[in-house]
Amino acid sequence: MSTIDDQTTADVPQTPEDENGHPKHDPAPAADSNAPVMLSFIIGIVISLIIGWAVFPKLLYSQKTQPVNFNHAMHMDPEISAEGCASCHYFREDGSFSGIPKLASCAECHEDVLGESEEEARFVEEYVKTGKEVPWLVYARQPDCVFFSHIAHVKMGNMECKTCHGDIGVSTQTRVYEENRITGYSRDIWGKNIAGFKKNTWDRMKMDDCAECHKANNVNQGSVQTLRGGCFVCHK
Amino acid sequence: MKQAQNHTKNYLYAMAIDLDKCTGCGACMVACMSENNVPFRRDETDQLLSMKWLRVYKLTNGKAYPDHDVCYLPRPCMQCAGQHEGHSPCVSVCPATATDYDQNTGIVSQIYTRCFGCRYCMAACPYHVRLFNWWDPVWPEGMEKMLNPKVSVRMRGVVEKCSFCFHRFQQAKDRAYAKGKRDIDEQDYQTSCTQACPAGAITFGDLNNPSHAVTQLVKPDHKHHGRPQAPHAFRLLERLGTNAKVYYLSSREWVRKMGDNYLKNEKQAGSH
Repeated sequence: MSTIDDQTTADVPQTPEDENGHPKHDPAPAADSNAPVMLSFIIGIVISLIIGWAVFPKLLYSQKTQPVNFNHAMHMDPEISAEGCASCHYFREDGSFSGIPKLASCAECHEDVLGESEEEARFVEEYVKTGKEVPWLVYARQPDCVFFSHIAHVKMGNMECKTCHGDIGVSTQTRVYEENRITGYSRDIWGKNIAGFKKNTWDRMKMDDCAECHKANNVNQGSVQTLRGGCFVCHK
Repeated sequence: MKQAQNHTKNYLYAMAIDLDKCTGCGACMVACMSENNVPFRRDETDQLLSMKWLRVYKLTNGKAYPDHDVCYLPRPCMQCAGQHEGHSPCVSVCPATATDYDQNTGIVSQIYTRCFGCRYCMAACPYHVRLFNWWDPVWPEGMEKMLNPKVSVRMRGVVEKCSFCFHRFQQAKDRAYAKGKRDIDEQDYQTSCTQACPAGAITFGDLNNPSHAVTQLVKPDHKHHGRPQAPHAFRLLERLGTNAKVYYLSSREWVRKMGDNYLKNEKQAGSH
């Protein structure tokens, strides 16, 4: 800020005066004197943009690795998982969704080390042998006030898992779990793109993304206030 | 996937409470509080500060013995539909779209994360159903592990109210889907208070379904905002036109007349 003041005070005595004693206004030197101001302004914007788009997201999200590096692709072998995703992520009898399998499901096959992978050996040693549940980090965990019925979408709506979760079945290792340091939610909810742009249906899991599909398919549009989706469809 | 999916069936959930059967035991209140994670205070004697989604009032006819009579009146949210569907007193004043009337279920929702606590709805509600959280809930140690995971816990500064145990409707839908059907049976969705009442005074069901017990009990006149046609049925503040979906039944005339503000010799509205 001091540069502006220095410039103006330095310029004033040098400005030639006209017959009436008023300072003569010469556009060319004025533009020159504005140049450092504009430059610092632009530099400021660039720095802010870099901080906002690159540094802040890095600071905002902490990087966590899953306790076990899980290979989805290997497990999707039809001989292992005859029913695809539903072999491990199944519906219970009352229609609720089992989510990430408990250790007991894993132990059905991994009672002892099956393959040659070091990660599996560690998993069996650390969790199966001790009976300790794996503290998986859930990428798609929603806030407390959200009600989501998997069966309504998968069974009744004939949707594929990857529509919301991406093609996770082909992944050979778990990706980094990014947790928002302020809210504690996974970055998958807000989306990878800090500007909020969305290329695929699975890029984001915000309320607007749910509402977008509900509106397009005319599902539960019973709200009187908004003439759109009723709140108590997805909230609890 | 892009098929037309407007398969939503319109339900109109309502409750009928038989005041002749109610003994005032308060089991419905307890069931409601534990089901819906309603916070309580160490000292609950100040009724103005206590949070109760369902409150049991004691009515008396004001006469001396032997004509003295007492009646207990449980009061959940009335889930008003208003003069045209959705013009509920609270919904029409909410500036935050935090409370809403769902045409698919007839239930007035309250979204706590949306509410910013202006309390217009509390002023608008003629039944004093809505409650404001002056404090964050504090549970006795260990009790937070026993909270109902199907109901979100409210924070300080938001309004809450009875939701007709809407989370049970969500689960009932899931159970129906697991069986491959879309319709929900009467017994699949019942509120916590209905099931807790030892006297069987509370009946809950869908007014659009003539086979449901609640419809048969109150015989709603759908052409006149659901006005009850059953001889002993009435609604609270009927003449305000809130079109409430909680009906009361009583064989005693003084109880029925307490449901609204009548002049001394005035006839009860909708009486037969």
